[in-house]
Amino acid sequence: MKPVLELKGITKRFPGVLANDKINLTLNKGEIHALLGENGAGKSTLMNILYGLYDPDEGEIFVDGDRINVSSPRDAIAHGIGMVHQHFMLIPVFTVTENVMLGDETTRAGGFLDRKTPAARIREISNEYSLEVEPDSFVRDLPVGVQQRVEIIKLLYREADILILDEPTAVLTPQEVDELFTIMRTLVESGKSIIFITHKLREVLTFADRITVLRGGKVVGVTTPKQTNQNQLAAMMVGRDVSLELNKKPVKVEEKVLEVENLVVLDDLNQVAVDMVSFEVHGGEILGIAGVQGNGQTELVKAITGLSHPIEGSLTLLGKDISMASPRVITEIGSAHIPEDRQRDGLVLTASISDNMVLNTYYLDPFAKSFIIRADKIQENAEKIIKNFDVRTPSALIPVGSLSGGNQQKVIVGREFSRAIKFLVAAQPTRGLDVGSIEYIHTRLLEKREDGVAILLVSTELDEILELSDRIAVMFNGKIIAVIDGDTATKEQIGLLMAGVVDA
Amino acid sequence: MSEKEQKQKTRKKDGGKIFLEEISKSSLTITILAIVAGLILGGLLVAITTEEVYQAFDISFWEGIKTAFGAAWSTYRALFYGSVGDPGKIIEAIRGGDANDIRWAFNPFFDSLVVSTPYIFAGLAVALGFRVGLFNIGAEGQLFIGATTTVVAAIYLKGLPAIIHVPISLIAGFIGGGLWGFIPGWLKAKTGGHEVINTIMMNYVAFRLCEYLLRGPLKNPDGFNPVSADIQDSAKLLRLFESPIRFHIGFFIALFAAFLVYLLLFKTTWGYTLRTVGANPRAAKYAGMNITRSTVIAMVLSGGLAGLAGANEVLGVNHNLALAFSSGYGFDAIALALLGKNNPLGVVLSAIMFGFLRNGAIQMQLSAGVPIDIISILQAFILTFIAAPAIIRTIFRLKEPDIDIDAVTLSGWGGN
Repeated sequence: MKPVLELKGITKRFPGVLANDKINLTLNKGEIHALLGENGAGKSTLMNILYGLYDPDEGEIFVDGDRINVSSPRDAIAHGIGMVHQHFMLIPVFTVTENVMLGDETTRAGGFLDRKTPAARIREISNEYSLEVEPDSFVRDLPVGVQQRVEIIKLLYREADILILDEPTAVLTPQEVDELFTIMRTLVESGKSIIFITHKLREVLTFADRITVLRGGKVVGVTTPKQTNQNQLAAMMVGRDVSLELNKKPVKVEEKVLEVENLVVLDDLNQVAVDMVSFEVHGGEILGIAGVQGNGQTELVKAITGLSHPIEGSLTLLGKDISMASPRVITEIGSAHIPEDRQRDGLVLTASISDNMVLNTYYLDPFAKSFIIRADKIQENAEKIIKNFDVRTPSALIPVGSLSGGNQQKVIVGREFSRAIKFLVAAQPTRGLDVGSIEYIHTRLLEKREDGVAILLVSTELDEILELSDRIAVMFNGKIIAVIDGDTATKEQIGLLMAGVVDA
Repeated sequence: MSEKEQKQKTRKKDGGKIFLEEISKSSLTITILAIVAGLILGGLLVAITTEEVYQAFDISFWEGIKTAFGAAWSTYRALFYGSVGDPGKIIEAIRGGDANDIRWAFNPFFDSLVVSTPYIFAGLAVALGFRVGLFNIGAEGQLFIGATTTVVAAIYLKGLPAIIHVPISLIAGFIGGGLWGFIPGWLKAKTGGHEVINTIMMNYVAFRLCEYLLRGPLKNPDGFNPVSADIQDSAKLLRLFESPIRFHIGFFIALFAAFLVYLLLFKTTWGYTLRTVGANPRAAKYAGMNITRSTVIAMVLSGGLAGLAGANEVLGVNHNLALAFSSGYGFDAIALALLGKNNPLGVVLSAIMFGFLRNGAIQMQLSAGVPIDIISILQAFILTFIAAPAIIRTIFRLKEPDIDIDAVTLSGWGGN
């Protein structure tokens, strides 16, 4: 049987980068094909070529054995290729029907918009694949998981047979992930074929039929879940052996470092985002804050690090009240912060690596003598951190923005860990990083824990929370709805809590 | 509001900041090519606005081309003679040995430096603001206020030795301009009121205030025009040569100011703070820097430097305050700060270039009959060539969909 989709020798060059190097990929009918690779491996470029957003420099695309030309998403759709982007392309104030028909509107006589026919069709599709989407509801009222299904309906409505899902699980709770994969299974059983892009090994092994691994713009292997395992896949992605099991030693829990009591914090829109939250973090302990993004974690971190101030409740760090303290005061007490948005908060991208490495210590001895900056000391410090934290850069003087994401994060981690600290807030410390960098940062976090640092780890990655945390607090709707022991917690248990189900 | 919308809200990009970032990326080669291209286009403009060229084209094509080149050549020669000096006259004067002739021969060169001086101060003012992410469009108004406070100190303080009176008058100018910068700075820091709007409005307040003072309290009682009395001799900036050369030590004070700004920005903790606030205010806040204070300080310093431009004109050139004492130094300063990529050395170089163009243009108008506005057009061409790529890149970056930004956030090419 002919493959439903075949890519042959796809090559795409960007200035200075070979993003895709003679990539071959075949997708069989009724197959879930995982495209696995680190960031920058060329996955997105390849899919954008397939979807008509980029023109390949070389190579051919075949659908059902026929060579096709895809120069726009419209062409792609015409050939039955549809894509769900990582960030949904939906209009919140429109209904599901309106969103689905957008760009392909049906009209009644006289040019009036016909909503009924598409709505009926959507209902049909929804029933056929058990998507459970109500055509008349507004997109803004739908949970993220359902919004994603609306995106899938958009493709099915346009009769796409080949669905490309770009990092579809990044925004979902574990339960929603399970639902998504059930849906994907239903879709392929009824003859659709799916390519899904991911860097999560576990998902690939559980849900894919075949796996193509990309590294540095090249296909480094095609395999099936039966033939491989996590370590092997990780090694293929990174190009060297990666240890996925962390060596977490038992650590004696020391005295209380941070105490949060009945904290209430508002968000930028003056809505209550953190609602009467209380917890403690002790030295030598990692307290993980789990939760779907947007449940108050960001605001909680802001309050603890002094970037905003709570309207109620108290924050005590090492015996000092910090509820109204500035970030600098909190830093000087012995706190470090790996910010959630590393490029916007943690770094000055246009400034040099060495300048960034003294971002919060530049005014202190030895980097400044009274008010004079000592460039030599700053340079020395940068070289030391670059060495100790394995930052891959040709020089300490190039702008930090020219580093890869993993190395940027190493700059921040290096900077924050090179001070004498007693408390650390790590917000999404490995978001968007490749397997190798994740491994590295996790190891460093555990080292700090062994040093007796109290660590507050905020992450939407359940695996990360489960692997690292001694205790896990689950945030939902601004509240901490449960604190459970990290060693006995299960993914299912936390997943339910993240969805707000308390009595599970 | 959904989380996604909120995210988009926080991601709203500031076109101005991106533009500054982009323009700072342009290389020295681009700057030089832009100047050359500007001169070529300027020459073309001269040619096509010259009557004789058309007449020559009627005769023959080559005659037309020849006349066109001739027109451009004579314009630029006049510009050169007016700004640097006529080499023939210089040689002749040196041969002749008459001191007065030599001074006249060299006068264009020194007068260009005199014109450059306020440009240096004002350019530094705008560049310092840009470095801290502030668009100080109010340098002109700050310059007027600085000139006013200076003239007050220079007229009414009496009996001081020059060594004290000159610095005091300069400081008065700095304070006046600084105050005019403080107001929009404070409004920005406390209320978020955008400095572009506020500095522009402060300009008009400054112009009218100055006009009122010159028609009223500060008016020279013996005169008829809205001009102040002459300043005390003790407040005048030392002239280094005899008449007609007006070259005074203000030029060196300006160079020193540029050096100080360089030290401040790049060698002190304060400068580190200011630059960080300018480059990424969120990271500055994360690092515990006081953004409010930095904004206010930057605007005060920026205003103060613009005020020094005004003080320099009063103490070094005019020795009084007239309404038309500035030919828009504060506005040209925006252009030259961008041309100098907000770097003190770059500002000095572009200020000197602007000074030579301006001064040469006056002579050009007199001898070649080319309107002085050609210089504004020339400046505009040069600036357009430098700014256009940055503007285009800015537009593209503004249009970039969020998804791409995330891709960059997460990896950049060739991750790890």
